[in-house]
Amino acid sequence: MDKVMSNKKIIALYVLPALLLILTIIYTPIVLTGYYGLMEWDGVSAMSFIGLENYATLMKDGAFWSSVYHSFLFALLSTVSLAVYMLISLILAGSIKGAGLLRKIYLIPMLLSSVAIAQLWLKIYHPTNGMLNAFLSSIGVENTPAWLSDTKLVLGALFVPILWQYAGFYILIYYAALKNIPASLVEAARIDGANPWQIALKIKLPLISEVIKVTIVLAVVGSLKYFDLIYVMTDGGPNGASEVMASYMYHKAFRGFDFGYGSAIGFFLLIICMLATWGIRKLTASDDTIQYS
Amino acid sequence: MKTATSAASPTAGTEPALRSAGTKIGYGILYFVLYSAAIIQMIPLVWLLFFSLKNNQEVFNLPPLALPKHPKWENYQNVWSQGNIERYFLNSVWITIIAVVLTILLASFVTYAITRMRWKLRPLVLGLFMTGMMIPVHSTLIPLFNLFQKVGLTDSQLSIILSYTAFNLPITIMILLGFYYALPREVEEAAIMDGCTVNRMFFRIVLPMTLSVIVTAAIINMIYNWNEFIFVNTFISSDNLKTLTVGVQNFVGQYTTDWGAIGATLMISILPILIVFLLLSNKIVEGIAAGSVKG
Repeated sequence: MDKVMSNKKIIALYVLPALLLILTIIYTPIVLTGYYGLMEWDGVSAMSFIGLENYATLMKDGAFWSSVYHSFLFALLSTVSLAVYMLISLILAGSIKGAGLLRKIYLIPMLLSSVAIAQLWLKIYHPTNGMLNAFLSSIGVENTPAWLSDTKLVLGALFVPILWQYAGFYILIYYAALKNIPASLVEAARIDGANPWQIALKIKLPLISEVIKVTIVLAVVGSLKYFDLIYVMTDGGPNGASEVMASYMYHKAFRGFDFGYGSAIGFFLLIICMLATWGIRKLTASDDTIQYS
Repeated sequence: MKTATSAASPTAGTEPALRSAGTKIGYGILYFVLYSAAIIQMIPLVWLLFFSLKNNQEVFNLPPLALPKHPKWENYQNVWSQGNIERYFLNSVWITIIAVVLTILLASFVTYAITRMRWKLRPLVLGLFMTGMMIPVHSTLIPLFNLFQKVGLTDSQLSIILSYTAFNLPITIMILLGFYYALPREVEEAAIMDGCTVNRMFFRIVLPMTLSVIVTAAIINMIYNWNEFIFVNTFISSDNLKTLTVGVQNFVGQYTTDWGAIGATLMISILPILIVFLLLSNKIVEGIAAGSVKG
């Protein structure tokens, strides 16, 4: 048995195809993007080495930093909204009739393509015929806003469909985690006279702290990578007011044909995502691991 | 678990009658909040369905959530035959199927080797696959574009299939891992004793035994592939090779003024996902929970 199961040829046969694929399509490109960042390159003619010039320009590029700021704003808002999802999940995981159906309904938007969602919300926000302004006019609001072409409103307006899209995803994860808590622990606390708030804060949340950490990483890193929805709805506009890191990279490379600079942005995006993952893990690390039973 | 009720009920010590009244009101509020949230999640989609059945005049003059007297089903017929939507749809179907089959097969191989076979580099390889989940697609886009250009794969659906497979392998392996670890090994051990080869055992015993988790992983893969946008948008330039997500984006861009046509196109693009959801929502919930490390 041991001999059969450590046959090198068979192991290679089973692992190598997938391994080579991710090495070629995921890992080689992330190294190359850092390398291309050292080049001046229009994507067609030959590259020329310019050292750290792209990275130096990046550090002074106001438009880039404004896209970084927008990305982090989305990350912050997404993290804060986790508290709301947790509250809904706590209620849902209590004795609520139809909880199973409700959490499935919440999930539907998350299954649809960001492009379809973006197109739908473009229509919802349509200044004259959109659902939102039609509703606002019907309750007597005059001068209904032009949501996506107002530099002050556009980020908020983009965040609503993001909330709408991902709410069900986080509720599903929290709900599953809460349902996993042994009933005996909650029961014991109740007998000791703990009220529901105390049970939620002192018993349930600490027990699912690992899951909460994962969702914070997901919310932050997910926000830093937002692209599809913003690309379709505003394309970073008006006037850069909703540009995020990924869309800025895309514009510089595939529209501006500055592939060297685009690569530098892509590399920066990678580093920021990795740092964010590592940093959140570090910040939320706790010494005492919790035993379930 | 009575968290729900008591979250809004008065503290212990109040009179029982009062408490039960408070509990009822508390319950009422909670149900109201939860069902309002469900309605908010559904309304945009209901509105989409309704305007896909209207013409512009009806969109502009009727209230948003009113159906016209005669639903314009012909909107769907028109967009299906015009604007290449049929082509995009078929492209999406076949790219999705090929990528899902390839991903599941490769991921099953790897998961099997990781959970059942003995080799030194196992932790490293597993780590490489798991880390793959955190890498932003956008950081790979320019080098991938260049790579595919060099090997003559730009404007080829193969580049799309390979990219989908590579980027979905990590999450697929993650979903499969838990199931493989829990799977009893007795059958496999007995088969080896009887002189069964590893390949034969994998295809005849292991794959059939993991069918239920394969279905879960396949659905999650299908949803990701069906919805993917940036790879197709970047690597494919010929219109007749594009998938529905990108096709819809182009189509809607050209017909910005015809609301019925846009609505019908969007409905066609999300309908397959909605149908899968109606039939297999439990599997979807299971798959998302198992692979929740991907955002």
